[in-house]
Amino acid sequence: MSDASDLNVTPLGALHHELGARMVPFAGYEMPVQYPLGVLKEHLHCRARAGLFDVSHMGQVILRAPGGYAEVARAMEALVPVDLAGLGEMRQRYGFFTDDTGGILDDLMLANRGDHMFVVVNAACKAGDIAHMRAHLPGVEVAEITDRALLALQGPAAEGVLAAMLPGVAGMRFMDVAMLPSDHGELWISRSGYTGEDGYEISVAEDRAGALARALLAHEDVEPIGLGARDSLRLEAGLCLYGHDIDTTTSPVEARLGWAIQKVRRAGGDRAGGFPGADRILTELADGAPRARVGLRPEGRAPMREGTALFAAAEGGEAVGHVTSGAFGPTVQAPVSMGYVPRALAGTGTTVWGEVRGRRMAATVTALPFTPANFKR
Amino acid sequence: MKFTEEHEWLRAEGDTVTVGITGHAAEQLGDVVFVELPEVGTTVARDDEVVVIESVKAASDIRAPIDGEIVEVNEALVDAPGKVNEDPLGDAWFFRMKPSEPGQMDEYMDEAAYNDFIG
Repeated sequence: MSDASDLNVTPLGALHHELGARMVPFAGYEMPVQYPLGVLKEHLHCRARAGLFDVSHMGQVILRAPGGYAEVARAMEALVPVDLAGLGEMRQRYGFFTDDTGGILDDLMLANRGDHMFVVVNAACKAGDIAHMRAHLPGVEVAEITDRALLALQGPAAEGVLAAMLPGVAGMRFMDVAMLPSDHGELWISRSGYTGEDGYEISVAEDRAGALARALLAHEDVEPIGLGARDSLRLEAGLCLYGHDIDTTTSPVEARLGWAIQKVRRAGGDRAGGFPGADRILTELADGAPRARVGLRPEGRAPMREGTALFAAAEGGEAVGHVTSGAFGPTVQAPVSMGYVPRALAGTGTTVWGEVRGRRMAATVTALPFTPANFKR
Repeated sequence: MKFTEEHEWLRAEGDTVTVGITGHAAEQLGDVVFVELPEVGTTVARDDEVVVIESVKAASDIRAPIDGEIVEVNEALVDAPGKVNEDPLGDAWFFRMKPSEPGQMDEYMDEAAYNDFIG
């Protein structure tokens, strides 16, 4: 990794140190991997009460065009296989940039904010994503927002905590977005997150971010949560981590993200195709993909981690796939993994074997998510 | 009590030596979620991998600090690996050995030297 002095810090860097976080380099930023509570308890606290995450390393981008949101949406539909023209005002949708081979360049959130589109992209991909949009969105102004932090407040207590400060957020539904005045300046809020829990993502001016974070942490239900628990939370929720579970070698259909491609963009739809890799992706949507991302529950307690080779039998044969994310699931209280297997082995209940320390360990293909989603729909 | 540079501790008790990991090691590992112990009766040489530990972060191993035979293992850790974080110097010992070269233990650090080592 790069030297610590080369790393970017978020507007909450000083707060992380004050809270006793252990900092690690992540996607070019110095980020908290855990606080004194520790990964396991942070994870459980987020599922039981509420957790505050610094996700300021992610890219926030505003897209504008003379024709307003409708023009941006039409242009972006050439890069993203999602129904953006039909996205309601102040609503958000999950999507991904695809490449010409049907692989995934990045996954992102896209919001219709009335006269413009607001998108949030992954930290490690943001420079590439912005260049990609500037190159392929004629007539669209692509403005990276670099003076705002991004926080996520996640967990069953999130609504109560944030509504005490901003009553308007209580009425938001999953994937609603709002721009609300507050004691901490204008907040850009979405009812979403990446933990499988109800909650909010909150964009705040960088010079007000520390005060907002402290105000949220002052609530007895809220603990700061680091990247370690963020990873086990999103894994239990069956959510993909870019660069691990999805990348340019995985198509959205293989990754079982076909749900994010609405009917209007599929074969027979009014705006079918028209995005990079559409031939492959539409064919796979109709006929199935040769392999699929699945949930895996290894037998016993040993985690089956990323990179573990998967086999169709307890002995012999070549590897048929591999694990792309794997950890101990604190809420499941057992190891959980995701990985790719051939379609014939992708059925729930199928046994596959992962090679851990030279031994094949059985794992059962399991429906995702591992923990039920707790969204307020 | 003696300490290794791999953050293991050794405690001589009669003709056996009990082995565990230090509090510093447990903190660096993070929450331990899986422990795999050797079989009782196994003869091991110094530096053989004898225990597998998985934490929320990564897998690691414990190597035999001395030559000898594994005479007892702490089965309680298999069902409650979190004990390693709660009481690393006490309840969460990993295994007991009957040393074949008892003098090997003297090669390791005492507590003061170990504390200097971890700074």
